[in-house]
Amino acid sequence: MTDTQPIPLDTLIVCPHCDAAYKLRRPGVGERAKCQRCGTILISPRRKAGLQIIAVSLAVAILIIAATVSPFLTINAGGVSNSVSILDAALAFSDGPLLALALTTAALIIFVPLTRALLSIYVLLPIVMDRPPARGAMQAFRLSEALRPWSMAEIFAIGCAVALTKITDLADVAFGPAFWMFAALVILVVIQDNFVCRWSVWTSLDKTQKS
Amino acid sequence: MDVTGQNAEIVSARDLGVVACTRCTQVWPAGTQTCGRCGRAIIARDDKSLQRVWAWWLVGLMCYIPANIYPMLRTRTLFRVQEDTIIGGAVELLHHGAAGVAIIVLVASVVIPLGKFMAIAFLAISVTRPSSVSNHHRQMLYEVVEYIGRWSMIDIFVVAIMSSLVQLNTLAAINPGRASLFFALSVIFTMLSAQAFDSRMIWDVHAKREGAPDNE
Ligand SMILES: [Zn+2]
Ligand SMILES: [Zn+2]
Repeated sequence: MTDTQPIPLDTLIVCPHCDAAYKLRRPGVGERAKCQRCGTILISPRRKAGLQIIAVSLAVAILIIAATVSPFLTINAGGVSNSVSILDAALAFSDGPLLALALTTAALIIFVPLTRALLSIYVLLPIVMDRPPARGAMQAFRLSEALRPWSMAEIFAIGCAVALTKITDLADVAFGPAFWMFAALVILVVIQDNFVCRWSVWTSLDKTQKS
Repeated sequence: MDVTGQNAEIVSARDLGVVACTRCTQVWPAGTQTCGRCGRAIIARDDKSLQRVWAWWLVGLMCYIPANIYPMLRTRTLFRVQEDTIIGGAVELLHHGAAGVAIIVLVASVVIPLGKFMAIAFLAISVTRPSSVSNHHRQMLYEVVEYIGRWSMIDIFVVAIMSSLVQLNTLAAINPGRASLFFALSVIFTMLSAQAFDSRMIWDVHAKREGAPDNE
């Protein structure tokens, strides 16, 4: 620990949360490398993870587009009915200064999840096919990671449940096809996030770029 | 599954004279400016981190005040128009006997946001002086704050869904109030404040104290 001979940097891995340094030993498939100090998962490789993430991302992209435009919830009260799509819900804040909020909401529940799905496909497809990485793959993955906390489709879904319990005593509410699409989407988004081993992606982007 | 052997003493990258990229975890010699792999600026310890934490924290808190003063929802029914603030709405629910829902609303929109402000402030203060709370607990607190932060947006989404759905011509209409904008801004600024916090600092203070115990 105190000797001054240079440490081969490639053999080290450092926990980004607590700065603990470890000698890198690649865990086998299905195993996980965990930081002993703070418990952050450092490496969690999975067999065929790339292909699975691409499939899930593709499904997410299709579901978002479909769920955005088709009717989502329908309300009935005293002979009057009203159907809304997810885009309508996002754009509910449309008067005056609230317009900024409408755009933010639309971004958080539609555009950010969609962008992340497309970026994942762009980054991972060449890696899975053993091709050199796509142009700007590093930047694309970087953007996708930066957007991660701002992708809020799953929070919106729980928000639907809360809103419905508040409305039910006021009117009848019916679920449109988009509601079920969105429910499926939320499960897929969670899977998509938990499948990605960030360390593996960075390492393969790095390797393919050097050669 | 661990990378190192069991019971080995854990060494910080800083003590090894190396610095790691916080985005892609690639390790570089100390003093490296930018990560050669992903291009992120490498900062051994972000001295400006706490300043940014406090700046976002303050703006977030400033937005939280109007979020509670202005009405969150405007409900128009056949005979009357009603404007509810966050707390006013919860009190209303309480009068209608829906104590359970009222408590949920209060926890989600008042207790959790205020708890987040206090937790971030505590963490930011705790890394500048010896703390009686263990590093593990503080790291856990930080992860909880980061995780819960996003979920506060649920209030905004509920308002969005209700006000787009309940538009029944003359019968009833719900519209968002000005507070929704401030509440959303408050949530976003608090998230930025938590993201600006460099959690490696939690572990630094500990190492410093152990290394030089008589350096008070
Ligand atoms: Zn760690
Ligand atoms: Zn990097």
